[in-house]
Amino acid sequence: MTASARSGPDSIPALLARNVAQHGSKAAYREKEFGIWQSWTWSEAAAEIDALAAGFLTLGANLGDHIAITGRNRPALYWAMVAAQKAGCVPVPLYADAAAEEIAYALEHCGARFVVAGDQEQVDKIADIRDQLHELDHVIYLDGRGLRKYDHTHMTSYADLQKAGRAGGNMAEIEKRTAALGPDDKCVMLYTSGTTGRPKGVVLSNTNVIETSKNSAEFDHLRPGDEVLAYLPMAWVGDFIFSIGQAMWTGFCVNCPESAETMHTDLREIGPTYFFAPPRVFEQQLTNVMIRMEDAGRFKKWLFDKYMAVGRKIGPKILDGEPVSGMERFRYRLADWLVIGPLKNTLGLSRVRVGYTAGEAIGPEIFDFYRALGINLKQLYGQTEATVFITQQPDGEVRSDTVGVPSPGVELKIAENGEVFYRSPGVFVEYYKNAESTASTKDADGWVATGDAGFIEEGTGHLRIIDRAKDVGKMASGALFAPKYVENKLKFYPDILEAVVFGADREYCTAFINIDLTAVGNWAERNNIAYSSYQELSQHPRVLDTIEAHVAEVNKSVAADEMLAGCQIHRFLVLHKELDADDGEMTRTRKVRRRIVEEKFDDLIAALYGGQSEIYTETEVTYEDGRKGKITATLAIRDAAVVNAGKVAAE
Amino acid sequence: MKDTVEPYVTDDGRTIGGVLMDMRNITLRFGGVEAIKDISFDIREGEIRAIIGPNGAGKSSMLNVISGFYNPQEGEVWFRGEKRPQMRPYQVARLGIARTFQNIALFEGMTVLDNIMTGRLTHMKSGMFWQALWAGRAEKEEVENREKVERIIDFLEIQAIRKTPVGRLPYGLKKRVELARALAAEPKLLLLDEPMAGMNVEEKEDMSRFILDVNDEFGTTIALIEHDMGVVMDLSDRVVVMDYGRKIGDGTPDEVRGNQEVIDAYLGVAHD
Repeated sequence: MTASARSGPDSIPALLARNVAQHGSKAAYREKEFGIWQSWTWSEAAAEIDALAAGFLTLGANLGDHIAITGRNRPALYWAMVAAQKAGCVPVPLYADAAAEEIAYALEHCGARFVVAGDQEQVDKIADIRDQLHELDHVIYLDGRGLRKYDHTHMTSYADLQKAGRAGGNMAEIEKRTAALGPDDKCVMLYTSGTTGRPKGVVLSNTNVIETSKNSAEFDHLRPGDEVLAYLPMAWVGDFIFSIGQAMWTGFCVNCPESAETMHTDLREIGPTYFFAPPRVFEQQLTNVMIRMEDAGRFKKWLFDKYMAVGRKIGPKILDGEPVSGMERFRYRLADWLVIGPLKNTLGLSRVRVGYTAGEAIGPEIFDFYRALGINLKQLYGQTEATVFITQQPDGEVRSDTVGVPSPGVELKIAENGEVFYRSPGVFVEYYKNAESTASTKDADGWVATGDAGFIEEGTGHLRIIDRAKDVGKMASGALFAPKYVENKLKFYPDILEAVVFGADREYCTAFINIDLTAVGNWAERNNIAYSSYQELSQHPRVLDTIEAHVAEVNKSVAADEMLAGCQIHRFLVLHKELDADDGEMTRTRKVRRRIVEEKFDDLIAALYGGQSEIYTETEVTYEDGRKGKITATLAIRDAAVVNAGKVAAE
Repeated sequence: MKDTVEPYVTDDGRTIGGVLMDMRNITLRFGGVEAIKDISFDIREGEIRAIIGPNGAGKSSMLNVISGFYNPQEGEVWFRGEKRPQMRPYQVARLGIARTFQNIALFEGMTVLDNIMTGRLTHMKSGMFWQALWAGRAEKEEVENREKVERIIDFLEIQAIRKTPVGRLPYGLKKRVELARALAAEPKLLLLDEPMAGMNVEEKEDMSRFILDVNDEFGTTIALIEHDMGVVMDLSDRVVVMDYGRKIGDGTPDEVRGNQEVIDAYLGVAHD
């Protein structure tokens, strides 16, 4: 691979052709199906892609058409994206678990003429909204199960379309369209999850994607022999860059799990060398390990505790290349042999060379745990508009409280109000059909507002993010209010799944808390606490006691920071339901939609500031199939210990 | 519609063929108790046929007659145009009839995969000798059969529990594994004994979808017993209604729903 300035491949299809030429017989895609890992070489994948691209032409795909793709991660759907590009069209991946109206909005907004759908579930969703879609012409489905009886006038199976493509004699036209793809042409359009308002279609050019993939692949020395597990939503920019951009650039193999439920088994079987997961996944894994250790025998538990302590002390040092004595090295080797090695193997992380987490802050305990195992887990900071990468942590400079240094080719600046701006080769082209938002996000010089407030640490040059810029506010006293900073501290407790802190323009801060059913449920079981529902468990006095203690500890740690001391939580309640994307309270990438939560639970907020000790409430919930129901509950409101309360209130 | 034996196409596009199984004047007694009294009905190729009735109506006995577990004292069972002689259940299985049980009958200590593999037994021809040596035809057969089983695992979406011992599974999943095992035999006729008993609404919806998909994808004829009227009416093409061992109704769900005798049997009759 040439490390110098990019020359040659200007598009994903061009990279594909290069990979076929360079290592055509090497595995490019694998998918577990029928209990066996099926694999496709680069040459085989290219042939599949060509057939589908030619198939699109038989349906009359025109240059610049949008082709939507929705379903779980499968090689055939990744091929569909590349096939769309070969046909001169633009792939638009959509979230597979999005509700019908969300999909309707995206499809109508981009005017997609074709949809490649994974299975019946996706086809049904599109059928429900078909009347609202004026441009939609044809649906192509991958898994035909249950679809035999459907009206096929505007529907074709993936395999049939490929067959038509192979027979159609369109290859010359495909080659022509592929050759015409230039660096400035659209590569992909991705809808942002939208913590506020309607999702926006972010247009990324070939240069954006290829330049970013090249830079980031070189930053982490990715190689053709690497393996990744593609299990995160295809509509998310990260998956597009990891499973298509970087995979095509470096030529590594993309592995797709059998189903969402088998992810952990498949992870273990593949043993990826390059692994990305949101903090939630790492958190879940750690919680599971801890729960299982609680149930383990005394000797095993002793062994685990003893050697994990060794790992915690020495593991990170070895990772960072710090000097380690021979004795310490020996003890780590022993720990690795007895505990760490087998544990890593169970988690499927034995071979991880580069691991990333991003999206949300990760708790220091979680971070340290994986580093103790000798897993090179790093953080990155990015967004769709930047083609992922803004900052990332170089090997040897990994910390839980920063998001790293600017990625190669990225410039940073901090505005006066603390908002972080960046400029890079990955900066998006535009928001589709939304010049206004494009102009307000990206200025004429190419600087983009991240919407996050942060600062660059002196000395190390690492970026630290405090909160969303628009969420950072002032309290009534004039003190700085940064809810996420406090929420993250709360969420680091395994018992707490989610927290929402209020306090802008108020006298003091309050919080909603979601308990983690796995962790708290397990604790209840071990302490002989009976409960019949999530709601009941959430209001159990002993659960509330535990949470109260957590809040008090967080207050202590918040108080230590002079700037943010005003953000201590005075009163809180534990919510009777989990915040859920189906109810609109979170985005599909599981970020809290603060405004919606605020509106929906305004009665609870009023009670938090009204001094009551409990509140009766009714909440509408949406089930997975779209039906609605109502739950009622009486929630206890608790006061939490605050440090220096008098001083803060007096200001 | 039901009076003709000509094949026809249903509203949702499935083809219903000729008579697959014909029960003629079946009477079954246990000592002096008449569990089934002179019942006749047929099951046609490709259809979903339900047998319903209140508790103790004789539904399960009827299913046991179809599966060859009971031999009726009177009447004839015709299968694929031939009169079926008295048979042992394993012989019936070879004819292409598979079933699931009301109280799950799986091997609890074996994995899901192994349980489903047992459903392939009627398709394995190599002897014990080659099986023990794991050579020759036995090895080839195992691979072929495993492939068939994996397709069913994929179909019923139970990949995640492939290697889990059945004893550790929740009830709803066990039911699904049982269906998988019955399907593994590639039956012409699939008998389901209360496939939704004890399930919650969501599990019932899943199971209904699987039953419809099995019928649609594999063209399997299905006869099922079920308590849940809603489920039966939605799923089946034709319904037989039994009460105290007698047949009190037979026809499409709409016909049966309007039948006064059926309404009385289900809702009870006012006694004053």
